[in-house]
Amino acid sequence: MHEHDVIVVGAGGAGLRAAIAAHEEGADVAMVTKLHPVRSHTGAAEGGINAALRDGDDWELHAYDTMKGSDYLGDAPAIEKLAQDAPEEVVQLEHWGMPFSREDDGRVSQRPFGGLSFPRTTYAGAETGHHLLHTMYEQVVKRGITVYDEFYVSRLAVTDHDDPEDRECHGVVAYDIKSGDIVGFRATNGVILATGGDGQVFDHTTNAVANTGDGPAMAYRAGVPVEDMEFVQFHPTTLPSTGVLISEGVRGEGGILYNGNGERFMFEYGYANNAGELASRDVVARAELTEVNQGRGIEDEYVHLDMRHLGEERIYDRLENIIHLAEDFEGVDPVEEPMPVKPGQHYHMGGVETNEHGQTCIDGLYAAGECACASVHGSNRLGGNALPELIVFGARAGRHAAGTDLGTAEVPTGPSARSEDETDLDTPVDPGALETDGDVAADGALVEPAEVVDHAVEMERARVEDMLERDGTNHAEIREDLQKAMTRNVNVFRNEEGLKTALETIRECRERYKDVAVADPSRTFNTDLIHTIETRNLIDIAETITLGALARDEFRGAHWRQEHQERKDDEWLKHTMIAWDGGTPDLYYKPVILEGENKEYEPKVRSY
Amino acid sequence: MSTQIEQESEAETEAEADVETEAESTHQQRRLTAKHDRADMRQRAEAELSETDETVKLKVFRYDPEVEGKSDPRFDTFRVPFTKGMTVLDALIFARDHFDSSLTFRHSCRQAICGSDALFINGRQRLGCKTQMSDLDWPVRIEPLPHAEVVKDLVVDMEHFYDQMESVEPYFQTNDLPSGELEEQRQDRANREKIKMSTRCIWCGACMSSCNIAAGDNEYLGPAAINKAYRFAMDEREGEDMQEHRLNIIEQEHGVWRCQTQFSCTEVCPKDIPLTEHIQELKREAVKSNLKFW
Ligand SMILES: Cc1cc2nc3c(=O)[nH]c(=O)nc-3n(C[C@H](O)[C@H](O)[C@H](O)COP(=O)(O)OP(=O)(O)OC[C@H]3O[C@@H](n4cnc5c(N)ncnc54)[C@H](O)[C@@H]3O)c2cc1C
Ligand code: SF4
Ligand code: FES
Repeated sequence: MHEHDVIVVGAGGAGLRAAIAAHEEGADVAMVTKLHPVRSHTGAAEGGINAALRDGDDWELHAYDTMKGSDYLGDAPAIEKLAQDAPEEVVQLEHWGMPFSREDDGRVSQRPFGGLSFPRTTYAGAETGHHLLHTMYEQVVKRGITVYDEFYVSRLAVTDHDDPEDRECHGVVAYDIKSGDIVGFRATNGVILATGGDGQVFDHTTNAVANTGDGPAMAYRAGVPVEDMEFVQFHPTTLPSTGVLISEGVRGEGGILYNGNGERFMFEYGYANNAGELASRDVVARAELTEVNQGRGIEDEYVHLDMRHLGEERIYDRLENIIHLAEDFEGVDPVEEPMPVKPGQHYHMGGVETNEHGQTCIDGLYAAGECACASVHGSNRLGGNALPELIVFGARAGRHAAGTDLGTAEVPTGPSARSEDETDLDTPVDPGALETDGDVAADGALVEPAEVVDHAVEMERARVEDMLERDGTNHAEIREDLQKAMTRNVNVFRNEEGLKTALETIRECRERYKDVAVADPSRTFNTDLIHTIETRNLIDIAETITLGALARDEFRGAHWRQEHQERKDDEWLKHTMIAWDGGTPDLYYKPVILEGENKEYEPKVRSY
Repeated sequence: MSTQIEQESEAETEAEADVETEAESTHQQRRLTAKHDRADMRQRAEAELSETDETVKLKVFRYDPEVEGKSDPRFDTFRVPFTKGMTVLDALIFARDHFDSSLTFRHSCRQAICGSDALFINGRQRLGCKTQMSDLDWPVRIEPLPHAEVVKDLVVDMEHFYDQMESVEPYFQTNDLPSGELEEQRQDRANREKIKMSTRCIWCGACMSSCNIAAGDNEYLGPAAINKAYRFAMDEREGEDMQEHRLNIIEQEHGVWRCQTQFSCTEVCPKDIPLTEHIQELKREAVKSNLKFW
């Protein structure tokens, strides 16, 4: 068994920042990650990172924009922390050598982004994430922080007290991908989940193949509620054939959207008369699909994004990467022709419920980055707000886990934060438990932390052994069916019937998963096994997304319901919480916090 | 299975037979479901194959040190339906998900930024995700990166590459930070432009694999690590003293002077980094600063 003060699971932007912060506080930190750090999906982020750095801008404006963008479903204390800490964190990155794009005076450049009242998106060409990831990994190398790369974390070592709020997390169990060993990692201070997104729940996504929601699924099964899972962001500009993202930076720099008739539809059909192409993402994604559905799309599938008028020089200076992406993955030269684009799954606003220190309701278990929900994005994330979230909340979680006092948290967590109103949601199908024995946590009778970890290792060994030895179904087909059902029914446009159909498919996938087996008998680099374990996580995540969406009968942010075309503030200014109750999802709510440091955020109509 | 995979060894069929005898005695039901599902999976693949006019053959290197019958390196042939825009990575994923789930390769972003699927495709180092099937001669031959130890199938051990990358102090070091906490260190646009290409490296290892010198000299820093050193040595924000220190590192015995400007690294780099040029420029800088000459 390995032992460290703080174990960080995942080495993308959030994980790296958490590890550096904990290390700076003097903790012995280790990172456990299924991909080598520089392979993490943070590297794919293109457009930029928001921070109020310039005169005329300040954190309060940033917080206001974020609250409005969230459609009033973000928690003010978390949003204000995001806006307050971002400038210092971004300048810190600059001090670590990150090659930001520059102004003539040598300071870092900033550009406009959708939903922002000030051009506060700091960037490094159209490859901001790549530079952010590498710059932070360099700092990890500099500090000699231990990295266990190509270790797949498959279980949390948590005690099984009846009430999740009494449980403690003492470490994780990981599968050493190269050797096939199952290894225990004991964390004396805390485990920080930073496992990133879960876009693989859908079949058209900008997310990497490794983004399978492992962190939220594991935390959920260990007893931490997941929050606002129905809020999935669909990015309006992805390449139709692959889902590769064309950054919002293109629209930020002046790129224009046209429909099949060559009309500038954002204005022509009144989707956003002021902001046009720069309206927030949900608005633009719906506009595009409406164009396609009304027969004004191109090849019944997509619309055009044109940046030719920006001129070659400006394109090369600020968006060069986009030229390569469009050429390599869609065969289009955007300096000469418009790019085909359509909406694709992009970001998950929901995730592991945490407070603004990254803590979950289980003692010693933290989460940060896209896998977490603090919640700063509410029902719709503004472009350029995920990267500051990684570093702000990564750093905060790292510090707290290392023992720094960050004060009393204002965002409550755990089942005790539930509001009075319960849902009497009538689900069409019994979501169905899935081999729950031993999944929740270690044996509560065991009190020694090391034994809790050992016990979890044993349970995991047995599970893996079983999957390797038996004969059964291959996961790939289950995964494919799940992804297709989600894309068909739980996409940008949603309705009750579709959501119920999706739940039905999810239940079938669960049933079939009971017979899943790994065909590859090898202990060496068994990706078949890894993908099989991931598929289970996808099923759990898909179910929480769909259940949350079915229950929320209103239209808010990214969540559009055919039968409910209005935002219902009287009923729905609350977070959807789903907790794992012995294998059956328990759905409840907790109130949104609109009360900030000096002011209360008043819900307003979101018009652009 | 015979229609899609033409095994060049009998190993797989034998293994299947084994599994069946064992299963017969115990999990009757499971076996039936499994059989049904596997057949279903193949059927789907067949259907997709029959719907497409064109199929492409992949000849894929296979090796598993542990599994009997697979420990002798061999090539398996997969036939997959060709679709417009299909990349080598797409084809590999199709083969794995429909015909043989044990087929092993690294991949993640499928957009040329994570650097994990550098492979030896038709005799050249390329990223699987960035290589269009239509740009290649068929059948397509896919092998692991040369000059690295094969872990399994297309996966190679990257440790040596990472060690070389990390040996050049690949992190920003400066004594010139501005005093105000929220004050950035200024960088000239031209300076950023100068280092821009060098900052694009995604650590894929293609260049190292293509380099004859690196193949013969295990201690040679290699093009990627030297490029990383360039990225910092040329960044004006680090200051002159630091630059001297950096030139010292790349000037060591197994550093820049080993490069014989064969350009193979520059040719294969998927990020178009002018590696050879960067190495040459560092040589010139080293001469200018009058350091040792090996
Ligand atoms: C194409 C694209 C472009 C984007 N552009 C922008 C942008 O311009 N601005 C912006 O603000 N946001 C952007 N985003 C969003 C933002 O980049 C992501 O939300 C963010 O990078 C996620 O970072 P992370 O650290 O949470 O996760 P990741 O970077 O995905 O890292 C996850 C880590 O967890 C590890 N991991 C996962 N599961 C396990 C496991 N079971 N065991 C061990 N390790 C595990 C992985 O190995 C990886 O290291 C973009 C997203 C995408 C997909
Ligand atoms: S320099 Fe180019 S080829 Fe070499 S590792 Fe970096 S990206 Fe790959
Ligand atoms: S899959 Fe990431 S570089 Fe090819």
